[in-house]
Amino acid sequence: MTIENMPMVKAINAGLRAALAKDDRVLLMGEDIGTLGGVFRVTEGLKNEFGSNRVLDTPLAESAIVGTAIGLAMRGYRPVCEIQFDGFIYPAFDQITSQLAKMTSRHEGELPMPVVIRVPYGGHIGAVEHHQESNEAYFAHTAGLRLVSPSNPHDAYWMIQEAIESQDPVLFFEPKSRYWPKGDVNLSANDIPLHASRIARTGTDVTLIGHGAMVSVLLQAAEIAQEEGTSVEVVDLRSLSPVDYGPILDSVRKTGRAVVAQEAPQNVSLGSEIAATITERAFYSLEAPVVRVSGFDVPFPPAKLETIYLPDADRVLDAVDRVLSY
Amino acid sequence: MAEQKTEPMVQLLGADGAFAPTAAAEEFVPYFDKLTEADWKKFYRDMVVIRRFDAEAINLQRQGQLALWVPSHGQEGAQVGSAYGAAMHDHVFPAYREHAIAMIRGLDMVDLIKQFKGLSHGGWDFRNPELHNLHIYTLVIGSQALHATGYAMGIAFDGKYATGNRDKDEAVIVYFGDGATSQGDVSEAFVFAASYQTPQVFFIQNNHWAISVPVSVQARVPLYRRGEGFGIPGTQVDGNDVFASYAVTAKLMDDARSGRGPALIEAHTYRIGAHTSSDDPTKYRNESELDEWIAKDPISRLEAFLRDKGAENSFFEGVTEEAADFAADVRKRTLELTGLDPMQLFEKAYTEPHPRMREQSQWLAQYEASFGDDGGLA
Repeated sequence: MTIENMPMVKAINAGLRAALAKDDRVLLMGEDIGTLGGVFRVTEGLKNEFGSNRVLDTPLAESAIVGTAIGLAMRGYRPVCEIQFDGFIYPAFDQITSQLAKMTSRHEGELPMPVVIRVPYGGHIGAVEHHQESNEAYFAHTAGLRLVSPSNPHDAYWMIQEAIESQDPVLFFEPKSRYWPKGDVNLSANDIPLHASRIARTGTDVTLIGHGAMVSVLLQAAEIAQEEGTSVEVVDLRSLSPVDYGPILDSVRKTGRAVVAQEAPQNVSLGSEIAATITERAFYSLEAPVVRVSGFDVPFPPAKLETIYLPDADRVLDAVDRVLSY
Repeated sequence: MAEQKTEPMVQLLGADGAFAPTAAAEEFVPYFDKLTEADWKKFYRDMVVIRRFDAEAINLQRQGQLALWVPSHGQEGAQVGSAYGAAMHDHVFPAYREHAIAMIRGLDMVDLIKQFKGLSHGGWDFRNPELHNLHIYTLVIGSQALHATGYAMGIAFDGKYATGNRDKDEAVIVYFGDGATSQGDVSEAFVFAASYQTPQVFFIQNNHWAISVPVSVQARVPLYRRGEGFGIPGTQVDGNDVFASYAVTAKLMDDARSGRGPALIEAHTYRIGAHTSSDDPTKYRNESELDEWIAKDPISRLEAFLRDKGAENSFFEGVTEEAADFAADVRKRTLELTGLDPMQLFEKAYTEPHPRMREQSQWLAQYEASFGDDGGLA
């Protein structure tokens, strides 16, 4: 067993390297991903290693990156696109939602579309506007797409490789605030499928549910709650579409209380969908309404206000108190 | 005004059907010279058949058999000529009015009809060898330009062009209209095609109207020049001259296959009919413009040429009969089309198993079964 301690950027880099080495139909494409190695250095060194026909510094046009990836997939390639920042994905919206997502069904279910779109997403990095958004709900709403989001280096290493092996298109949401904290990566073995959720911490009183960077906030909240005598279970969604509801519902049936947390705005969000599904399927187990903790329904604020906007452990604990008050 | 400058137009047949190449046509004449009388007659036959098919599809729409139809009347010269200009091993990305191209690549036209009868959203697979790399229609204007460019990038990365073997080298042709040239995706496709020097031809059918908006609103400079700033040379061709459309496409596809990079063709043609069966062109076009274009009709022009070359009445009568039979067969089989199995909604959305598809299809099946034998969607 080989275990290495590394940050998520290195884990994704290693996962991409493994995928490029394993299958010569895999290619990476995006803005500044070659010579520079990407603005977050996720693809650092890969152009040197695999050449400019495998790691493409594309012209600066998001719709064309995804649109040509579709054509390359038709040719039998497995393109991995990088969208430089979450808020820059919208020029590609038609190519993702009307073209990529529907291409398989428009070919009577026969044509695979093995395209991965990597999206560094979310706040906590103090950046300028359009650089800190959590826009997963737009894409989770679209049939034909799959969405995943790792919360730690080990998952990131394996999930990027599994996403590349998927015959369906996968949007891969990378929590950019978690790019640099290190964690153990088991390079020898993966223990969980791409679209499975994972119990990140076991507990008995309240279930906390989240993905990506939010998982570390939930674990922090769970630690604090433990000191206050409340036993909290944390579910790391990992897969945002489809959501793996089995472990979530099992947990809620055990605890009777659930809080769903996300950086995204609340209105018509993934958290809203999960809360509704828990209510529908575990109604008789619930001791309290399912509570959502979200960003506010305003544009992502200037960075000096992001700590007010983004849910932190205190906001999560406030919600824990609310579900325990019933 | 809809009309634009046409000085450098490549034309081989005059409006009267006489062979009279323009100066701009000179470099393309050798491609015409390679055509045989059998080829001329095949072009004629296909134009007549597809026009008759188109008329039948309009009839079917008017009779309630189709939800919508997209007429191709008037554009047969641009389509048949360019369709034969591409090799059968090239890849073709149509927009949604390229019925002649679909027929020539080998599509059963009833499969095309299905999309307009509410039975599919595409319905064929370019990997089917019988379809000769014909991709499905794309309805979002211009989106396919990027898919075509990505495909051509793949050809380049595979090294399947510029090898000197004309029978193996590959290229891509993508069709769109004058309106589509305003779409960002088309400009982005030009950027990527130029950047990667893809083996590819962009074929603009300038039919002069994007539904109700004339081409002068889309472009103040003739469209064949649209590629210049991107580094893509353009050629303007008389799209109602099937020989010119053939020769220009054949040469530029050859050039693309041999590694000379992407090229753009602007074929001047005209949509004689409505944009779709839901459209009323009398609200935005005047009759004199229509008459002017009817006088340039691609079929009557080729007929004059063929008669001058000695084609007999029996040939033309035979083609008319063949077209009628073709249309009757399409009609018969369209009327025989049956409904869809609702379960395929869930089976076709993803390639790999998906829990939401499984749950919702199971629910629908149970819901349908709850009505007993008399109820249900199917």
